[in-house]
Amino acid sequence: MAEQDRRDDSAANPAAESFSAPGTPSERVSELPSEQVTDSAERPTGISRRGLFGLIGVGAAGVAVGGAGGVGITAAVATSNGVDTARVYPFEGLHQAGIVTPAQDRLHFAVYDLDASVTRDDLIELFKDWSYAAARMTRGLEVSESGATGGSDYAPPDDTGEALDLPASGLTITFGFGPSLFTTSDGTDRFGLAAKQPSSLQPLPRFAGDALEPGATGGDLCIQACADDPQVAVHAIRNLSRIAFGRASIRWSQLGFGRTSSTSTSQVTARNLFGFKDGTANVKAEQTETVDTQVWVQRGDDVDWMTGGSYLVARKIRMIIESWDRQQLLEQERVIGRSKREGAPLSGGTEFTEMDFDATGAAGQPLIDEAAHVRLAHPSANGGAQLLRRGYNYVNGNDSLGRLDAGLFFMSYQRDPEQFITVQRSLSRDALNEYIKHVGSGIFAIPPGIENGGWIGEGLFA
Amino acid sequence: MSRRLLLSAAAATALALTLAGCVPNNAGSATSIDVAIADDACDVSAAETAAGAVTFSLTNSGSDVNEFEILAEDKLRIVGEKENVTPGQTVTYTAQLGPGTYYTACKFQLIGAPVGLAEFTVTGESIAASEDEQQLIDEATANYISYIKSQTGELVPAVQEFVDAYVAGDDEKARGLFATARVPYERIEPTAEAFGDLDPMIDYREVDAVAEGLDWTGFHRIEKDLWPPAADALNSDGTSALLDWTPSTPEQRAEFGQKLVDDVQSLYDLVYADDFQVSLDDISNGAIGLLDEVAVGKISGEEDWWSHTDLYDFAANVQGAEVAFGNVEDIAAGTGDDGTALVAQISDEFAALEALLAEYGSLDGGFVSYDTVTDEQRAELSDRVNALAEPLSQLTATVLGAAG
Repeated sequence: MAEQDRRDDSAANPAAESFSAPGTPSERVSELPSEQVTDSAERPTGISRRGLFGLIGVGAAGVAVGGAGGVGITAAVATSNGVDTARVYPFEGLHQAGIVTPAQDRLHFAVYDLDASVTRDDLIELFKDWSYAAARMTRGLEVSESGATGGSDYAPPDDTGEALDLPASGLTITFGFGPSLFTTSDGTDRFGLAAKQPSSLQPLPRFAGDALEPGATGGDLCIQACADDPQVAVHAIRNLSRIAFGRASIRWSQLGFGRTSSTSTSQVTARNLFGFKDGTANVKAEQTETVDTQVWVQRGDDVDWMTGGSYLVARKIRMIIESWDRQQLLEQERVIGRSKREGAPLSGGTEFTEMDFDATGAAGQPLIDEAAHVRLAHPSANGGAQLLRRGYNYVNGNDSLGRLDAGLFFMSYQRDPEQFITVQRSLSRDALNEYIKHVGSGIFAIPPGIENGGWIGEGLFA
Repeated sequence: MSRRLLLSAAAATALALTLAGCVPNNAGSATSIDVAIADDACDVSAAETAAGAVTFSLTNSGSDVNEFEILAEDKLRIVGEKENVTPGQTVTYTAQLGPGTYYTACKFQLIGAPVGLAEFTVTGESIAASEDEQQLIDEATANYISYIKSQTGELVPAVQEFVDAYVAGDDEKARGLFATARVPYERIEPTAEAFGDLDPMIDYREVDAVAEGLDWTGFHRIEKDLWPPAADALNSDGTSALLDWTPSTPEQRAEFGQKLVDDVQSLYDLVYADDFQVSLDDISNGAIGLLDEVAVGKISGEEDWWSHTDLYDFAANVQGAEVAFGNVEDIAAGTGDDGTALVAQISDEFAALEALLAEYGSLDGGFVSYDTVTDEQRAELSDRVNALAEPLSQLTATVLGAAG
């Protein structure tokens, strides 16, 4: 049966093999053969019977992506906003994609709790199923070989279909493990994983100003789906959730509609809903040394299976934007510590000029306020700790008072959660706190990437 | 005994029932078992027998037509029946029964709850199921039709009793009968829905009837009289509960009551008609449809908006789905390893869902009011429904694969 590739046009496009153009050097994916997924004893050869039924018998075909139309091909389809929507980021690599990958425009983030009936074997099967589906969807393929229309007329299709005809859109799917996967809050070791829990993977401490809602906090597993087309990201979470029915269900989730961080020097700095550039000083993929010291877990840091992984902190930060919008421009700039249009430090210069925290004005007052957000978040205030931020703006309609339920879905990746904790404690005096509250929170161990045919969590369960 | 063994035994029974008409009465190795049928009794002379061809000798000493049924362990699914045993008549009836637990019962005038329900144990070796798919399919549909008839037969008198209390103004009694009168209906709801205008008249919620411009009648019209809303209460669509609604007058009660009785009788007449048929995919789709009913209407509490008896409907829908599944289970399993695995998973998920439901009560002992079930508990129920509905949604393709 012919592979159902919704990027049919790419096969005919000779402008192939250029996926690495935007640059993800530290992923070093080129070291791994990603043209074709081959069979091996351990690899998932399809979604389990429990995951999707139409896949039965897919067997050896696996995620074989046919010939010239295979992985890594980037059809030169540029949309009006200049985003190359046919871009494909391989699911396989030393590190998981979706971390230093240039931040896509859209997010669908979902946190899952495992069903009480799930066993260790069920959990392994779930990760194999998810890895199989993710490897396909990130290539722009339907979730299984029979896909949206290729199965029985009398069975529901495996693939839900809303991404048919859409290109891969730079989709990345990134999986993470919450502390409760290893040890529940009452100390239960459900899956024999307690001994493998990284010592740094613990529920976050309470921070000043936390207003966390249980319905947007914690969780056993997370999936971050990022894409340049929102429908592609939603399709990924929807299908992965469906595969998990009976094994895991969504505890909370969030859509993000505009990246607020750039994770590559190839990207311009985006703005958050306060109207300010966000992530100017972010860790960038091209800064390979910084990425290695600040983002990737190194051998010897902690448990071995996390080597090449990272830790994700997700914080749902509600913005009281109606109050913010009533602040004078000068006050807004004082709170942030940067100029609004250019994003330059108030100590002078242009966007990428270094901060001068000692600079003072005519009256001797610091040009960058003592409580300015940039001062307190800066590595110099935090023992050199840096975060790779990957946040998205969100609007969830409105609240009961008619205010926009809007804010920043903050995500940061770091080598050690302590980096985030240090920065967040420093921000307890942040002038910005008057306009924000943290309403959701999660921390997740992000395992390293997988080889072709591997599955997420292989190292953990080894 | 395990569920698997029981069900394969049941299928074997089904096979035997087809043959009953052309098999000599003394086909069984066991001696004939006497069944003394009266209007209010159904005495079986033995409670246990050996597996194989089992011959029953049925004698009706009552005043009107009766029926003998052999039910599966769930007391719902019919594995064999002999209809139309007339007064004074003695007939023999042979069933091929594998080892397992069954229940025997009679049904006076082919209506109402089973009479003289008694456990009946079959011991010994199991019998190989038929290799003939078409025979299995014919028997699955025949037994499912019997089941629909039996449930409709229970529905008619249950509704009559409920309506009598309502019309008489005995609201306390009527409230106590509301949930249980609906149970046989909820078990076979897709069947009623297949008759087009019957389900809207019997079971429409107010918001749906209004939206479709229909006269609002049936169970839920009566429900709102029995649990009258407070002045500031809202309908499930957010409109005022008192919008275009006033408590029924005694005359209206008589009218709505009779309408429900008549509509339920129409359903009975339709399923007892000679030309009533179901197809194999009607059965498997019926199972899927019942789970969809749960997922859409019951989980949210919208079905029984005023009485909060949603868990009765929930449990009845699940039972109905399981009976339908049980009727086609062996056909699905007979398609090969994948079919066997599908059947095993569906069986496991039914058991898990029923275990969870049991934490809230039972149809016999009563369920807690659904407004006391928290959002977290509803989410847990929803997870289990999803876990069952996903594999169940594959059942039709699997059994049709066998039929094709």
